[in-house]
Amino acid sequence: MHAGPATESLWSGGRSPYLVNSKKFGMWLFIISDALTFSALLMAYTYLRLSTPNWPMPFHFTPSIIFSSVMTFCLLSSSLTMVMAVHSMHHANRRKTVIWLIATMIFGAAFIYLHATEWLNLIHHEHITAWSNPWNEPLFGATFFGITGLHMTHVAIGVIYLLIITIGVSRGKFKYEDVEVSGLYWHFVDLVWMFVFPLIYLMSVKG
Amino acid sequence: MHTEEAEHGTVGSFTTIWIILLGLTAIEVFLAYKQINPIMMLTALIGLSVVKAALIIAYFMHLKFERFSLFLTLFPMLIFCILMMFVFMPDSMRAMLMRTQ
Repeated sequence: MHAGPATESLWSGGRSPYLVNSKKFGMWLFIISDALTFSALLMAYTYLRLSTPNWPMPFHFTPSIIFSSVMTFCLLSSSLTMVMAVHSMHHANRRKTVIWLIATMIFGAAFIYLHATEWLNLIHHEHITAWSNPWNEPLFGATFFGITGLHMTHVAIGVIYLLIITIGVSRGKFKYEDVEVSGLYWHFVDLVWMFVFPLIYLMSVKG
Repeated sequence: MHTEEAEHGTVGSFTTIWIILLGLTAIEVFLAYKQINPIMMLTALIGLSVVKAALIIAYFMHLKFERFSLFLTLFPMLIFCILMMFVFMPDSMRAMLMRTQ
């Protein structure tokens, strides 16, 4: 890839050993640190669950699991539309990029709406809050709302981030790598849900 | 096919990955519906989730098309740290036994 003396290493300075721009590398470092945050939270959830004999299993297959499956579908589809946006931007088609980005934001907003509905259902019908529930195990609510709330915050920030990118792209600002870096963040949010959904929802279906 | 396309993936490959991800999710939901043994269930769900995460990272996040040095810098450390967190798990059993006594 790089012409130069055979003795000169890629790592000796003045070069980009990863062949990525600094924005993308910065986003990757953020993603790795955020992955550790979510790993620690899910590990803490699993620890509490294993150490609590009477751990609540409040999710009815209908509506909770159906709801969360539709939410998973929204996030997975938003990842497809995001990758299509990056693909369109790679071909310098700004109009198509904007359309795919809007589709991604719609799926993201649908996820937030469905998740909020699911939260309200748990709070009003199952009487589960962040500090109390009928099983008398307040740590369930604390971890459930803590983890899903942090994830929902990430989705909300992602929608705002994509909105800024969409406006910029439609005005002729931003380059390919800016859209690609926002895509990395969005796919990461999807990836985290791939662990939250089975560990929190699917493992706690009411028998 | 031009190498540029091969380096970033094609519309067809993205759609295929999306369908595979939906299929794996459907298997997970089916397992939850069937209510199989919790240990088997946990193993299957974590296994499927790791496959899904790998597909998202490799194809949607383009890591497959980046230099291998980027992967080596980011992921072995992450995996090692996550595995180290499991050191707490045996203690959860002790805590449960203390609670039930």
